[in-house]
Amino acid sequence: MITLNINGKEEKLDAPEDMPILWALRDIVHLTGTKFGCGMAQCGACTVHLDGQPIRSCVTPIAAAVGKKITTIEDIQNDKVGQAVQAAWQEVDVVQCGYCQSGQIMAATALLATNKNPTDADIDAAMSGNICRCGTYPRIRAAIHEAASKLA
Amino acid sequence: MTAPLNISRRTFIKATALVVGGLVIAFNIPNAKRFLLPGAAPEKSGADAAKLPAPNAFLRIGTDNTITVMLAHSEMGQSIWTTLPMLIAEELDADWSKIKVEHAKAAPEYIHTAYGIQITGGSSTTWSEFDRYRQAGALTRALLVAAAAAELGVPADSLRTENGFVISGDKKISYGELAEAAAKLETPKAVTLKQPQDWKIIGKATKRLDGPEKINGTAVFGQDIHFDGLRTAMVAHAPVFGGKVKSFDASAAKKVKGVENVVQVPTGVAVIANNYWSAKQGRDALKVEWDLGANAGLDSAKMLEEYRGMAAKVGLPAAKAGDTGAALSKAAKMVEAEYVLPYLAHSPMEPLNCAVKIGADGCEIWTGTQMQGTDQQAAAKILGLKPEQVQIHTMFLGGGFGRRANPAADFVSEAVQVAKAAGVPVKTVWSREDDVKGGYYRPMFLHKAKVGLGADGMPVAWEHIEVGQSIMLGTPFEAFQIKDGVDATSVEGVADSAYLKSVPNHHVSLHTIKANIPVLWWRSVGHSHSGFAMESLIDELAHAAGKDPLEYRRALLKGHPRHLAALNLAAEKADWGKQLPKGVFRGIAVHESFGSFVAQVAEVSVNKGAVKVHRVVCAIDCGLSVNPDSLKAQMESSISFGLGAALQSEITFKDGMVQQSNFHDYKVMRMADMPKVEVHIVPSAEKMGGVGEPAVPPVAPAVTNAIFAATGKRIRTLPIGNQLA
Repeated sequence: MITLNINGKEEKLDAPEDMPILWALRDIVHLTGTKFGCGMAQCGACTVHLDGQPIRSCVTPIAAAVGKKITTIEDIQNDKVGQAVQAAWQEVDVVQCGYCQSGQIMAATALLATNKNPTDADIDAAMSGNICRCGTYPRIRAAIHEAASKLA
Repeated sequence: MTAPLNISRRTFIKATALVVGGLVIAFNIPNAKRFLLPGAAPEKSGADAAKLPAPNAFLRIGTDNTITVMLAHSEMGQSIWTTLPMLIAEELDADWSKIKVEHAKAAPEYIHTAYGIQITGGSSTTWSEFDRYRQAGALTRALLVAAAAAELGVPADSLRTENGFVISGDKKISYGELAEAAAKLETPKAVTLKQPQDWKIIGKATKRLDGPEKINGTAVFGQDIHFDGLRTAMVAHAPVFGGKVKSFDASAAKKVKGVENVVQVPTGVAVIANNYWSAKQGRDALKVEWDLGANAGLDSAKMLEEYRGMAAKVGLPAAKAGDTGAALSKAAKMVEAEYVLPYLAHSPMEPLNCAVKIGADGCEIWTGTQMQGTDQQAAAKILGLKPEQVQIHTMFLGGGFGRRANPAADFVSEAVQVAKAAGVPVKTVWSREDDVKGGYYRPMFLHKAKVGLGADGMPVAWEHIEVGQSIMLGTPFEAFQIKDGVDATSVEGVADSAYLKSVPNHHVSLHTIKANIPVLWWRSVGHSHSGFAMESLIDELAHAAGKDPLEYRRALLKGHPRHLAALNLAAEKADWGKQLPKGVFRGIAVHESFGSFVAQVAEVSVNKGAVKVHRVVCAIDCGLSVNPDSLKAQMESSISFGLGAALQSEITFKDGMVQQSNFHDYKVMRMADMPKVEVHIVPSAEKMGGVGEPAVPPVAPAVTNAIFAATGKRIRTLPIGNQLA
């Protein structure tokens, strides 16, 4: 048994230590907002926060999360920055198919948590690990700027 | 106008026949009661859903005033979750805040109005449903008004409707209050649709209805399906297409914690576990000996050489005028060029998956599909059931781009086979590697052209030879799409090009390759290669003629006002001909596809061999734009999709095997490479076209034409990759 803190709740999991956080979230705890896209930290669809830092949950074993706090898309509205990011996403009407957007929002929230007024170059650097096959990139960029202005 | 309810009316009647005791389109009384009793469980996805009665037809009105719109098509990002309800809400004078949306089941009443099968594709949803969904709204409104007239004892024509109410003087009755009475009335034989000048919703930028759930993680994709007893399966596929299992050893796989079973299926060996991670580890531990079969030597570089050999001679004719050979010999100047485009994977963000539960007298399927019609038939055939015994729950699609509309129903059939062999409900999940290596690619194509110019620099003779695999061969569409050996989708954008209409002598021909590589429509289908070939070639001709590429196109497209409208708007908004910052150059392209006309101007710089696309200005004439904001989103999306492929994507084969595996080597567009996109819509009352695909074809040539302007180097092979290094 491994105990994880997921969205502020202690969860006891009967899972091998090397199981990636992604599959513990999706297949054991049934929090399916975090998505599987590539399985090798190439697309960012699985991005969650570990003690506030964005990580790729598809390659991070649950053993690495013991004693730390996992935050997923399901709980990000309880974060002031996350809330602003979600509101900006809605305002700009970013989403298309929507599958990558949990990861995009988690990555954008992590960016704005440490950089209150990111430039386009900052956004390129922070967000280029998150693929969107629908090409919502221009709107993601606009929504990050929008969220930054609301948070200022 | 009064629209006769021809096909649609039959559909409505058919639908009502399925409603026990009900009469009309999906007021669907039994369901309404079931769903709307206080405290009643809402419809949910999962095993329990099967116990609830299935909703019928296009909308139902609940006594709580909710209006649920059923989509005959699948939401995969293109925003029909919002566009189709807009059509109904417009005619119904509905309260937009009361609209709910569901995917329809797989059933005859949802067959595509033009394609004859339940499918989402061909950029056709909005134009093909424009009448049917408006009629459904108007019909429903007429019934509600009639019910209100009866209740109030006033003539129907004294009543008006607004925002979910029927209004008589100072009295208001909500649609929900009228729903049950309206359901008992006879369906009118004709309805009056609103005049465009009276539209309040159609044509207005409208926010997506699926936005909130896709922002907070609650939207349910096929991948997210879960119910008690559902297992996860992964299938080991042969490393070479057509390969077969010789033998396998499952002992190590079965030792992996969580693995429950290993079964052979027609497509390989399936490892069934109680979660994905175990299934994946089990499959990694599985030992399979393969008979690689006839394709073990497959090599795309060698194939391309064969294509070149074939292109030395003309193929089967696809379009012909005048005497091209004679005219070429007399031409003042000759331009010859060969364009090569690679195999491409669709790689939607959501890897393919499909959950299947087989019961005593039927089967339920949960998946994101663009083609419920063939999926249902394929599943029924495998299980020996009637199609109507197969219930398909269409979930949100995490992207499609054509991959989830497979006439061969590959991922659904495989999932049904796995569930059948395993004897338990199973969700079969593909890894990203399975997706990249799994076939159904945009076929590799070679275009070879020889164009003779007259003394004025305009083309007088055009010989155009294409070589590539056919998408339609062996599908149910073959009979309609392949004529005299020519697959229309192989030569679309060339054989029917507006440019060729002004070339007195032209000859377009096709060599169809039979290779054992599964191919499929990839966003914009044949136009994805023909747009590049044609718009590159036109640019080369303009250069050979010493003319401005925009002026040259204008001259050739005289008599094609919709091409010109898009071209001129894009050029104007991009300040064509005016100074750009140092080192930045423009390229232009215009292409017609799916009934729409799109022109793009790309602004590009090349620095030490690295291409940077700064901005793409895009103009479209698609006729009426129902939701201008989602149209803009589709332009942005298509530019990202087409540009990403043009810059970096290719699938290649060596020793029978696909050489790419995941996003590190099958490279796609990322944030840092995405240009600014500016979209302009041509105000147009012309025939409606599609918007999901037509902005894909022009972006690659607009960019490579800009690269030529910047460097003098003509890119004739995609992807651009490191050709400039």
